[in-house]
Amino acid sequence: MNSKYHITSFCSIKNNTVSLNGSVIYNDENNDFLEFIKAAYKSFETDYTKFFKMDALSKLAFLAADVLLKNEDLNQEEENNIAIVFSNKASSIDTDRKHQKSIQDKDDYFPSPAVFVYTLPNICIGEISIKYKLFSENSFFIFDAFNAQHLLDYTNSLLSTDKTEKVLCGWVELDGDHYEAFLYLVTKKGLTTHNKENILKLYNT
Amino acid sequence: MDDLKQELKENIVEQLNLEDIAVEDIDDNDMLFGDGLGLDSIDALELIVMLDKNYGIKLTDPKEGRAIFESIDVMAKYIFENRTK
Repeated sequence: MNSKYHITSFCSIKNNTVSLNGSVIYNDENNDFLEFIKAAYKSFETDYTKFFKMDALSKLAFLAADVLLKNEDLNQEEENNIAIVFSNKASSIDTDRKHQKSIQDKDDYFPSPAVFVYTLPNICIGEISIKYKLFSENSFFIFDAFNAQHLLDYTNSLLSTDKTEKVLCGWVELDGDHYEAFLYLVTKKGLTTHNKENILKLYNT
Repeated sequence: MDDLKQELKENIVEQLNLEDIAVEDIDDNDMLFGDGLGLDSIDALELIVMLDKNYGIKLTDPKEGRAIFESIDVMAKYIFENRTK
């Protein structure tokens, strides 16, 4: 089925590399995720100190969204009518483990509020929404694997019912040393047709 | 007391992830919240946990933190007078 919507840009972060629209824009050989994402963030000169307080999943999602949305020349002083539809497999398990570790010993029971606030996967959507003033619809789905069909159907539904003008959607997965972000922006104008085949093609780029 | 102030500055920068602030940039009388270091409400809760974990001080009313966390100077005096470890 041909969609009347289009993918205008896409960003991926995996294997120590940040790519925008298929072109590598940052790469280093640091195998530690937190070191890699910090170095990438600094290289893009994004002035947002809250970044350093985020958990690993939010850092991954925030940086991917920031790279992509920076390219859209949005007015950051006004509300932007962009919905967010994210998904992953591991939910917030990486941070959940950190929190669990801090409460498992009753004689050393010091849970960190700054860790606890990230024990939900959709908190990363909040971080992006605050930075870019996105107050539209948002959802975070958990799947066993990247589910292009669900993202396609849900995004088309949001656009066809005029819930939003654009949708930032994709996959942000993080569990221990494994991480992978693939975000793309769907709008009513563009060159790449928004369909399952193209979503999968860009995801596998 | 100076050692305690230095320790507090180091712990605050490390535990609150103040990436852009160096320990030596924090003055003993700088406001920790508002226009000073710009800490937020989650940071305030982290400081309450830090008082308990590092110095054995339990704040039962988070509102008490407003006065105690005014500056490094005020915090250090409070810890010096109330610490149990």
